[in-house]
Amino acid sequence: DEGYITLAHGSGGRATHNLITDIFLETFRSDALNALDDSARLDLALFMARGDRLAFTTDSFVVDPLFFPGGDIGSLAINGTVNDLAVTGAQPLYLSCGFILEEGTPIALLRRIAQSMKLAADTARVKVVAGDTKVVPRGKGDQIYINTAGVGVARSNQVPGPRYLQPGDAILLSGPMGDHGTAILLARGDLALEADITSDCQPLHDLAAALCEACPTVRAMRDATRGGVAAVLNEFAQTSRVSMVIEEAALPVRPPVAAACEVLGLDPLHMANEGLLVAVVPGEFAARALMAMQMLPEGREACLVGHVTKADPPVVILQTRFGSERIIEWPMGDPLPRIC
Amino acid sequence: MKFVTEFRDPASVAGWVREIAHLAQRLDRPVALMEVCGGQTHTIFKHGLEALLPETVELIHGPGCPVCIMPRGRIDDAIALAEQPGMIFATFGDALRVPGARGSLMQAKARGADVRVVYSPLDALTLAQTHPDRPVVFFGLGFETTAPAVAMTILAAARAQQANFSVFCNHVLVVPALEFLLQASGLRLDGFIGPGHVSAVIGTDPYQAVVDRYQKPVVVGGFEPIDLLQSIWMLLLQLVEGRCAVENQYHRLVKPEGNSPALAALAQVFTVREQFEWRGLGSLPRSGLAIAPAFAAFDAEQRYCLPSQASEDSPVCQCGLILQGKLKPWECSAFGRGCTPDHPLGACMVSSEGACAAYYKYGHGG
Amino acid sequence: MCLAVPGQVVAIVDGDQQLATVDLSGVRRSVSLACLVTPDRPIEQWVGRWVVVHAGFALEELDVAAATETLTWIDRLTTPA
Repeated sequence: DEGYITLAHGSGGRATHNLITDIFLETFRSDALNALDDSARLDLALFMARGDRLAFTTDSFVVDPLFFPGGDIGSLAINGTVNDLAVTGAQPLYLSCGFILEEGTPIALLRRIAQSMKLAADTARVKVVAGDTKVVPRGKGDQIYINTAGVGVARSNQVPGPRYLQPGDAILLSGPMGDHGTAILLARGDLALEADITSDCQPLHDLAAALCEACPTVRAMRDATRGGVAAVLNEFAQTSRVSMVIEEAALPVRPPVAAACEVLGLDPLHMANEGLLVAVVPGEFAARALMAMQMLPEGREACLVGHVTKADPPVVILQTRFGSERIIEWPMGDPLPRIC
Repeated sequence: MKFVTEFRDPASVAGWVREIAHLAQRLDRPVALMEVCGGQTHTIFKHGLEALLPETVELIHGPGCPVCIMPRGRIDDAIALAEQPGMIFATFGDALRVPGARGSLMQAKARGADVRVVYSPLDALTLAQTHPDRPVVFFGLGFETTAPAVAMTILAAARAQQANFSVFCNHVLVVPALEFLLQASGLRLDGFIGPGHVSAVIGTDPYQAVVDRYQKPVVVGGFEPIDLLQSIWMLLLQLVEGRCAVENQYHRLVKPEGNSPALAALAQVFTVREQFEWRGLGSLPRSGLAIAPAFAAFDAEQRYCLPSQASEDSPVCQCGLILQGKLKPWECSAFGRGCTPDHPLGACMVSSEGACAAYYKYGHGG
Repeated sequence: MCLAVPGQVVAIVDGDQQLATVDLSGVRRSVSLACLVTPDRPIEQWVGRWVVVHAGFALEELDVAAATETLTWIDRLTTPA
């Protein structure tokens, strides 16, 4: 077998060099990485040709388990970073990946994750141009943690942000809620539940671009990761000092995800996603925005779920199927399975 | 979802709302009905059912949430157990964020205690089997719905002679709590929606004595919108017709005599404590379960020495009055100020099932 | 105090331990039937039946006929609006 990560791999000597060449250069085959320089120098002209704003983000990935139906820590790291850039109206271009590896982690596992990252990067049409690996003693980490940084380019006249919401705006979701959060909960195995639920982990760059093209005045976009759609809606409402009314009947949840949430006493609105776009557009653009998203596979189940209203103080209201109302709570912390 | 979605059909709900309105008109006086179980409270708030009821029908949210009524001292004991050397402390997710006097189990976990959330007490037993060299304690909480599951788990542990497994028993009984509420002076309650899943275990018979003695009708209800609206309708019908009886709305699951294997397991593994403290209600006679002497080997309270200090709630807290329907959450001076879901002062704000937490999060308050 | 979900017993996992697989609308789990199995109703008879599951235990059998009765009661009752 390929052996294990040892402290030597973290020493910066030949063992580190061999690991980087054998795993990362071999997998990513990117000129920038191959140069093994201490930084990647990127042609500014390429940026200037596409816009006047450099978008820059960072994210860390510590998912447990490392592999789950629909993805792994590697595809999650690439897509999560791509999505943070895409939802701010930027075209993602280059990524860096820093690995914190625990002593004793099988090298074959690292190779598998690197290959998954390469596939995800190619799919999202971005390049991994800088990387780093550090090793921590056994027990001081959980096999693999990944930190990323990402740069992209945006146009200043097209930068959606939650502070621009207006009463009458339409609230759109690009697909069903809760797939990732429930997939992870079940994949951990300690609840001993099985269902065919897969993470929605996917890049949203094409979807965001299609949306911005169909609707030049997108008010706000965000990928609904931890805290779920409920967290995003509450963040938007607070930032723009507006309220929202969401139609319960319009909220899309896949049947097995709804069943898992029912069994565990959880609310799909609070469950994490990794490929779900929440967008707010002027009311008159709603139909066109939906059509633009529905033309792409990652948006084919896009739907209108509610509207922005003026009511103050800002609150996110759920209109139940019965016509009554309740508040959609800003989730406190991680959703915990409950019996009561 | 089979046997769930059908009970949330909007047309049927609208039909029951109309029928309730008709009865409320015929009754022509305000009534206060208590849904006893926290799970029923959750359904009422999740589906916004209160807003569908006529003005004259008021719902009082009962003491039916096991983490809400758990005294802070018991949380401190749980933390003391979790911090024993090498201990694996298994618990339902409900208890993780409940603050004792020294913080919550989640904070104890952050300090290094091995606290694990489990879905079933059997999973805690499995932890004991897969970690034979480490002590495993399961945090036994819940009413008669959950107690049989824990009893069966203790019986399985005894059969397997799983010496490193034990239970910290905090199970409570619902009828004594009902009796306490009914005895309270100045009670405004006109009837009860009985806890459906507790009754699946104990049956509907145990409520008869309570109904006879206190002349308040009980309708054992389920947990879906149609179940709760039907139960309210059945209570109103009794009031209109001047009847006072135990009725069973949730008859798809609840039998009058209850579930005999579950009751047998309860009787075998547990005994009834003379007294047990309920947060917000005080110490109620014969209202809690302890592990029977025959299974003392699996009783964490006997195997480990616990601080067992009672820790009073802040004097400002008026949860007792709220649980008895004498005060509305927003009428409490601490509601939303000193007492919030992040810093609960009393039972009703502790978990999302508690009346105050539910109003704070789901309702505008009134 | 008692979150419980209907599901159908689909297979026996371990007769001695009284464990069976229950399908909860697409979510499957090994559940104890210790509160249901009796000498005159052995575990084999439970496959295909509907139960309500709480904390990994089948709490009680769900009476399908009674469920339909509850659902259709409103139609039999409806007074002209």
